[in-house]
Amino acid sequence: MNGNPIIEGFVEAIELIITLDPQVVEITIRSLYVSLTATFFAALIALPLGALIYFYEFRGKHAVVSTLQTLYALPTVIVGLIVFLLLSNVGPFGFLRFLYTPGGMIAAQTVLIIPLLMGLTVSALSGIDRDKRYTITALGASRLQTVMTIIAEARFAVMSGVLLGFGRAIAEVGTVMIVGGNIRGATRVLTTAIALNTSMANYSLSIALGIILLAVALGVNIALSLVQRR
Amino acid sequence: MTIIEAHNIRKSYGSLEVLHDVDLLVEEGEILGLIGPSGSGKSTLLRLLDLIEPANAGELSVFGIDTVTDRGTWLDLRRRMGMLFQRPVVFNASVYDNVAMGMRYRGAPRDEIERKVKEALEAVGLSRYIKSRALDLSGGEQQRVALSRVLVTDPEILFLDEPTANLDPTSTATIEEIVTRLNREAGTTVLISTHDLAQGQRLAHRVGVMIEGTIAQTGPSREIFREPKSQRIARFVGVQNIVPGRVVAQREGLTVVEAQGKEIFSATSPPADEVEMIVRGEDISLHRRKPGYEEAENLFPATVTAIEPTAPFVNVAVHCECDLVALVTARRAETLGLEIGMEVWVSLQAKAVHLIPQAGR
Repeated sequence: MNGNPIIEGFVEAIELIITLDPQVVEITIRSLYVSLTATFFAALIALPLGALIYFYEFRGKHAVVSTLQTLYALPTVIVGLIVFLLLSNVGPFGFLRFLYTPGGMIAAQTVLIIPLLMGLTVSALSGIDRDKRYTITALGASRLQTVMTIIAEARFAVMSGVLLGFGRAIAEVGTVMIVGGNIRGATRVLTTAIALNTSMANYSLSIALGIILLAVALGVNIALSLVQRR
Repeated sequence: MTIIEAHNIRKSYGSLEVLHDVDLLVEEGEILGLIGPSGSGKSTLLRLLDLIEPANAGELSVFGIDTVTDRGTWLDLRRRMGMLFQRPVVFNASVYDNVAMGMRYRGAPRDEIERKVKEALEAVGLSRYIKSRALDLSGGEQQRVALSRVLVTDPEILFLDEPTANLDPTSTATIEEIVTRLNREAGTTVLISTHDLAQGQRLAHRVGVMIEGTIAQTGPSREIFREPKSQRIARFVGVQNIVPGRVVAQREGLTVVEAQGKEIFSATSPPADEVEMIVRGEDISLHRRKPGYEEAENLFPATVTAIEPTAPFVNVAVHCECDLVALVTARRAETLGLEIGMEVWVSLQAKAVHLIPQAGR
């Protein structure tokens, strides 16, 4: 064959996807598994914490929210480095033997998106305006009923935050590369596989994985717009 | 029985003082209208009385229970009251779920909730929307949902904060009708704030005027409109003529006030030497020629200086040593054939001339 390697790559990539190439399927499933699990745990921790920050008045509340917003842009390699150090043999959690396992990657991505989910939860709840809060109080809600009503009312905005967190997790390469180590058949995910195969001039596999990653991102966006239209 | 008793209420947000020296007594079963310009503290006062937020100082009893010493009773007291806000508030749920909210908070049984919600939606004419998403309704419909949501909780006191501002006439009429009926049939005490003077007059048994964070005057609306206690109140209730003058004599039970050389009789006993005459434009009658038989104590010729139509009425400014503005119907203005520079006769009853002491003297 003497065609353009990029066009050939595209053609082969489509083939890989259509034929459900085992390597492509395996990497895609692992990517989804790691990021979905990380999003689940992050939501489990961040949503109640975000709600606590919103509902309780304390000194330095404003500073906490600003810090969270700064951490939205937390560099993934920094989180990777920190989690790596924590999980390494010399670190405090070395005994867990999480380094270079999907479990470690889940932990790293969880840490990465917790600030984002917390911050977005606070702003989702803050989106419930004063008149609504007055109305809830005036209708005779107890403290707990007030909290439940506000959370229920903000549910779609909170869900958008969770989707954004998942989008950030599945698209990032820094933490999974450092903590997972991109081990074939064990910790290789979409982003790390694309990075590796591109540097090895293995374009078709990179393009195939890239298309899948884009499709996932697109899916998240469609879900977001559906949720936000509510 | 006095159902709300407030003394010396004060409320600030940061350095902004919103309410000060508020004293208010509300009798069970009355409709009290709170009128006043925007920013005079009407909404804040209603929120304090509904125990949505606490005052900074003062005494407040609701249903005869002191709310300042006993904060533990607030939720129970609040559940005996209800409030409708100016901006329609609905939650992202079905109309049914919106109306059921207050009853669910109170732990009402499911079948009772269903019965009362259906009844309430029937009353506001929204039965067909019971399963619709409340956010899809128009502003007027949303406000009617909000009203049903309050009504199903059977409030003993109902607070309405400018409930019909920016609403279409149909929704306004529905809401006014329901509120009056509720007051008449269930004996619900109603406090309604409004900047619509006509609405205040139409609905309320008694009116309180709020000016700059305090209640400046309370009384039957007739009294507020005809005998305002101060210039500010007079201006707010739409008095066209506030004329400074001085008391020169008292004759046959009437006070004679001189304003720019013109003597005018008033039935008010003089509150001071230097006074302001408060005369509503609609109390001044204009005639083409000197009326043969006229009961009014003040009768004098004048010249028309300006004609300003404010359908269905016409403001007519006349000059007769002092300047006055009369409010006549458009039809009457046509019959009189009014034009600028024309000579007319002005008649004005002494009891329509209210006197207050001049401000700042």
